[in-house]
Amino acid sequence: MEMSTRELWTVLHGMGFGALFLLAFTGAMVALVRMSGNGSPGVPDHGDRTMLRVFLIGMALLAWATVLSGTYIVYPWYRAAPPAGTIDLADYPRYLLLSRATTSEWHHFGMEWKEHVAWIAPIAMTMVAYLYAKYGRGLARHRGLRAAALAFLLAAFLSSAVAGAFGAFLNKYAPVRGGVAIPLMKGA
Amino acid sequence: MATTHGPTRDVELPNGAGAAALLAAGIGCAALGALTFLGDAFAGLKGLLNFHDPAGPLSGVTTLAIVVWLAAWFLLARKWEGRDLALKGIGIASFALLAIGFALTFPPVTALLQGK
Repeated sequence: MEMSTRELWTVLHGMGFGALFLLAFTGAMVALVRMSGNGSPGVPDHGDRTMLRVFLIGMALLAWATVLSGTYIVYPWYRAAPPAGTIDLADYPRYLLLSRATTSEWHHFGMEWKEHVAWIAPIAMTMVAYLYAKYGRGLARHRGLRAAALAFLLAAFLSSAVAGAFGAFLNKYAPVRGGVAIPLMKGA
Repeated sequence: MATTHGPTRDVELPNGAGAAALLAAGIGCAALGALTFLGDAFAGLKGLLNFHDPAGPLSGVTTLAIVVWLAAWFLLARKWEGRDLALKGIGIASFALLAIGFALTFPPVTALLQGK
């Protein structure tokens, strides 16, 4: 059993950073929704505040790691142009998708949307993490800011979900392949 | 999650810094959408946005959007830090900018705007 360096980076980008971010969303949403007002049962104590602050900053870091690894590590392999005369396009996902009418929209619609919309997530999530780091439980009293934090958290989730879903589909129809093989396990 | 029912020990902070972060995030998202659209619509600009050849114009679109976002945040924070602001208009503007960001990164919308 082995895996190539490109496959490893693709997994790390999508299933590592991206999926972890999506999994963390509900926790953050519940914690922020529970802060429903000053003195309400949902205002967290000091230990929980510290944990939520670390959690939100961690989510922002995951969002950044996802888009940076996607844009500067995985995407260049996706869009690499094949040398002239190449017949087998399996190692050139963009060109493989564009070579057939039945798959070209996966690039024109799916990849074009995914590669851009994903960048909304780190911007929105950094803002949410900043608001909580700055105001802590005081955010419960700033209702407008709390509502904005929830809305931008949802926006970060939606943009990541779109990018993640299309990433999974694109990797099915035209996976990023190649690179140095990394042996993981020896067969019997 | 444990909770606190007693009086808060937090200092009541003005909302200016938060409002600056909020509006700047909206501006950053709208800048991302606008640059995506402009790079797609104008071939000359697409070439200029090619900051890092392996990643192509996406590198320029995202780098400039981040610069716009951080610059807006810095300037707004300097202006609003320590102040209490009416948040309704800022919130509406931020959501509108966020919506613009989403719309202009959606390929059918950019195609429609270009008359394709």
